[in-house]
Amino acid sequence: MSDLQAFRQQTREWLEQNCPQSMRSPVTDSADVCWGGRNWTFKSVEQKQWLERMAARGWTAPDWPAEYGGGGLSKAETKILREEMARINARSPLDSFGIWMIGPALLKFGSEALKQQHLPPIVRGEIRWCQGYSEPGSGSDLAGLQARGEDRGDHFIANGQKVWTSYADKCDWMFCLLRTDPEAKKQMGISLVLFDMTTPGVTPKPIKLISGSSPFCETFLDNVRVEKDQVVGEINQGWTIAKYLLTHEREMIGGFGLTEAGSKTLGQIAADSLGVEQGRLANPLLRSDILKWEIDGAAFALTAERVKDEAKSGQGVGATSAMLKYYGTELNKRRYELIMKIDGSNAMVWNGGDSNGGWTPRTWLRTKGNSIEGGTSEIQLNIIAKNILGLG
Amino acid sequence: MALVINQEQQMLRESAQGFLTEYAPISELRKLRDAGSEKGYGDDLWRRMAEMGWAAILVPEAYGGLEFGHLGMGQIIEQTGRTLTASPLFSTAILGVTAINLSASEEQKAELLPTIAGGELTIALAVDETAHHAPSQISMTATPEGEGYILDGSKCFVAEGGNANKLIVAARTAGNPGETDGISLFLVDSAVSGVEIERTEMVDCRNYATIRFNRVVVDSSALLGQEGAGYGPLSATLDAGNAYLAAELLGIAQETFDTTLQYLKERKQFGVLIGSFQALQHRAAQWWSEIELCKSVVLKALQALDSDDEKSPLLVSIAKAKLCEVAELATNEAIQMHGGIGMTDEYDIGFYIKRARPAAMLFGDYSYHGDRFARLSGY
Repeated sequence: MSDLQAFRQQTREWLEQNCPQSMRSPVTDSADVCWGGRNWTFKSVEQKQWLERMAARGWTAPDWPAEYGGGGLSKAETKILREEMARINARSPLDSFGIWMIGPALLKFGSEALKQQHLPPIVRGEIRWCQGYSEPGSGSDLAGLQARGEDRGDHFIANGQKVWTSYADKCDWMFCLLRTDPEAKKQMGISLVLFDMTTPGVTPKPIKLISGSSPFCETFLDNVRVEKDQVVGEINQGWTIAKYLLTHEREMIGGFGLTEAGSKTLGQIAADSLGVEQGRLANPLLRSDILKWEIDGAAFALTAERVKDEAKSGQGVGATSAMLKYYGTELNKRRYELIMKIDGSNAMVWNGGDSNGGWTPRTWLRTKGNSIEGGTSEIQLNIIAKNILGLG
Repeated sequence: MALVINQEQQMLRESAQGFLTEYAPISELRKLRDAGSEKGYGDDLWRRMAEMGWAAILVPEAYGGLEFGHLGMGQIIEQTGRTLTASPLFSTAILGVTAINLSASEEQKAELLPTIAGGELTIALAVDETAHHAPSQISMTATPEGEGYILDGSKCFVAEGGNANKLIVAARTAGNPGETDGISLFLVDSAVSGVEIERTEMVDCRNYATIRFNRVVVDSSALLGQEGAGYGPLSATLDAGNAYLAAELLGIAQETFDTTLQYLKERKQFGVLIGSFQALQHRAAQWWSEIELCKSVVLKALQALDSDDEKSPLLVSIAKAKLCEVAELATNEAIQMHGGIGMTDEYDIGFYIKRARPAAMLFGDYSYHGDRFARLSGY
């Protein structure tokens, strides 16, 4: 048996023994998703157990180095772990901007002290992070940001306003872009800094979305003290790191185009609710839209897999995160439009009855933001055209 | 299995690219067309391909072949999409060899496969009887008589039907159109009495034929596999064919994209390169993204064939359907972004759209494979 086969065997056995039964079904409610952090209330004992057991092995961040609490797995082993989790429909033990975004940036650009301080609590799900990037005046034009950090020797004093900070009201720390050199050219005077959300002067205010929920905040920074040892990388060189971080964000959001393991396909959902006549869905026009989506969905999932496999073997064009973000989010929007059509008027129920708290229409509305957050579809197409195709 | 090609497949891909650029560039297709070639390809080219070993790639080693697999052969076919190279490679070395591998007896294999591997024998697969692919609807009959059968009926749009030495014909020994039981496969010499072959001139300038079988008498040794059980191997052969058609369409989509991208970087209007216009940049970026998806589905389908994956029919239909859609997008966008010059016969883009549509139609287009995908998925 090869080492990888042995690893697969051991992983399968471990998951079998340690993944609680209730964590082996697709998420159907936002409370099923575990975000961790100081203020987190676990939905169930099993949710807590599952996080703790996975975190103890570093498997919430399987490919991070073990010295920072990660699993220390190779890319091949990480893929096996994901496959084995998918095989039993295991839920993600921890969803985290720490793991997806600031963690990778710290691993690549952070000082040893910053890695030691921040990575282990991320792995354990103890600290929840939010991203302070966008501002009221700089959305797509991110590098035009105005929130400033005034140099006071060993620290900065930050002032300004951030917007679309995900879950800022529930988060413990923020990674934030500040203009630390007002004289420098647009991209040159920006620093990436870290601060605790309980620091005096930090005020998050939730923004209610068309979906009725408030996953984003405006965050006001009013004379906030930021220590200089909490700058990631060099002062005024934050834009490079910010861009690196954005590629991780794009990959993460692009993943929305992937259907969760074990969940029903659109075709199955439609077959159950509309019926099948002689092997074909009873509604022929909807059927042709659904099968087109399913073909694109399968092609997208294979592409996400191929991009990873090519990166492992040193092939491929690399800069594909913009494509995955663009295509994945457009797919997810199309998917929810189809779910609305399959459910008919039931999909329009906002509250009460069997609507599961209006989950369907609320989720559908939320997907409209997928192709805006993390860089709009149009920005992704700009990136592809310029960076990959060389169109000026 | 990782979704990548290995080093040997990569080498074959590069050698195919070099070979085709040298011996079968698109200018060769133009020459054949202008000369009104009925055959549609050059004998020299086919001889050279056979010398390269391409005819032997899918033939098992036991029968003098290379047994290099579908993913390897797929690399070559994808390149033939870039150069629009016509040859008997698809009909003989892919469809012929696959059908024989899946259905023939040891004796038949020993007789046929080595000669195919050497490039001496060419084959065409005769399935469809109407303008729309529907393999279960076969109505041509093969009636047992004495020691053999009498074949009666006709086939149309048979690729390489006017060139092949032998035909693999799907006919009904029992049952009615619409039933999959009762279909049998026969190997028939194209020169035998009663076989009437009429060329159909098509938009891609390749050789297609309508073939009438007027009470053709064949020996029982002409039967490939079990009587009445031919639909299984036929269907698997068509799956292979469709995976390769998808690979060829991928080559077409990529070549038209590359050519158009180059044009966007050269053509000036209003004093600037047209590639600086965001309206065109975004369409190019969307087109490029679609091609990225196409690479994945073609790779997966060929891998599935190599590993006898039970999901092969599903994965092949995904690949063919997706490539039908994107090759249509690619060839249409190529003409539009080139503007007036894209409409001229002098420019090569027209050859690509004229090959893309018949390649998409052969053995089922988007609607056939979309429908098949959904039915296989239970809806």
